[in-house]
Amino acid sequence: MTILTAVLILVGLAAVFGLILGYASVRFKVEGDPLADKVDSLLPQTQCGQCTFPGCRPYAEAIAKGEAPINQCPPGGETTMLALADLLDVEPLALDEEDSKESDMPEVAIIIEEDCIGCTLCIQACPVDAIVGAAKMMHTVIESECTGCELCLPPCPVDCIIMQPLDTTIDNWKWKPPVATEKTYPVIPIVLETNAKSIRS
Amino acid sequence: MTEYLLIIVGTVWVNNIVLSQFLGLCPFMGVSRKLETAVGMGLATTFVLTLSSISSFLVYEYLLEPFHLEYLKTISFILVIAAIVGFTELVVQKTSPLLHNVLGIYLPLITTNCAVLGVALLNTQQSNSFIESALYGFGSAIGFTLVLVLFAAMRERLAASDVPEAFQGSAIGMITAGLMALAFMGFTGLIKVS
Repeated sequence: MTILTAVLILVGLAAVFGLILGYASVRFKVEGDPLADKVDSLLPQTQCGQCTFPGCRPYAEAIAKGEAPINQCPPGGETTMLALADLLDVEPLALDEEDSKESDMPEVAIIIEEDCIGCTLCIQACPVDAIVGAAKMMHTVIESECTGCELCLPPCPVDCIIMQPLDTTIDNWKWKPPVATEKTYPVIPIVLETNAKSIRS
Repeated sequence: MTEYLLIIVGTVWVNNIVLSQFLGLCPFMGVSRKLETAVGMGLATTFVLTLSSISSFLVYEYLLEPFHLEYLKTISFILVIAAIVGFTELVVQKTSPLLHNVLGIYLPLITTNCAVLGVALLNTQQSNSFIESALYGFGSAIGFTLVLVLFAAMRERLAASDVPEAFQGSAIGMITAGLMALAFMGFTGLIKVS
């Protein structure tokens, strides 16, 4: 009898606390997707739209839901893709690009100053305010601020902006990672003279 | 009235939960690297300890004793404490995401904190009344917070000073905690134990 009361009391306690915790988990529910926040913190925040999403946050949310691959961010480049692969524990993918870059260095925009007409259209397009200039004055891209998002290239009416990879200086030079090359060794058939002779004879 | 004051003084200084009774050493060593986290942890533990000593007392007095089930006190106290800590974590996550990020794993660690279960069991051992249990829990938590904040302040200074490499980190922390316990032994004569 006492065993039954003991079991009943414990079950009753557990049920009451379960109900309280269940109510609390609904009442104090925290909105927001922590995974999307983590992914968003790894993206470069240039809001350039090259990933086909309207900004870095929608791309992060799509990655968190599993609807987008991780290799669609050119300003982030290889490092961002590898960081995302590390966070999400997936295979690293090759960067999604139509035209391959000659070097691994990130690219910045450069305005060909002889052709610039001072229309300020590129200044309005730049999401990180990396272009200095005013109406009918010379425009210049500040190299250290440019993230390489290429949003300034379409608006230019005289097409005077080009993308150029950064110079390799002592500060940003990196060893090339070793590339494993497959070696094929020719198979040399070894004929044992003595055995062959003994079989034939 | 004086006995309530004596309970508070006793639990904060004389029988300090960390330095005299050596309970709750895990969060004491773990959360005391920075002052802000120590204060946050102290507040969370105060809330949990007070609430759990009150509810443990209620469960013991009205559920276990009438049915002569005192032997179930350990498991039912653990149940009560786990539920309260779970509730606290949900509330903290909603009201202060910053504090939630800062405390992180140490919030659910309060569940396994022997100080919380220890206070609940000590209340039954000393046959405290309702008010006495509540004050005992509250006083222990205040003592825990006091010592945690003091220790965190000292550890911040230790991190900046020239400690030999073999002693850096937890080692010098343990030694400092031992010295603090020695210092707190000086309070023993404060309350005359009848």
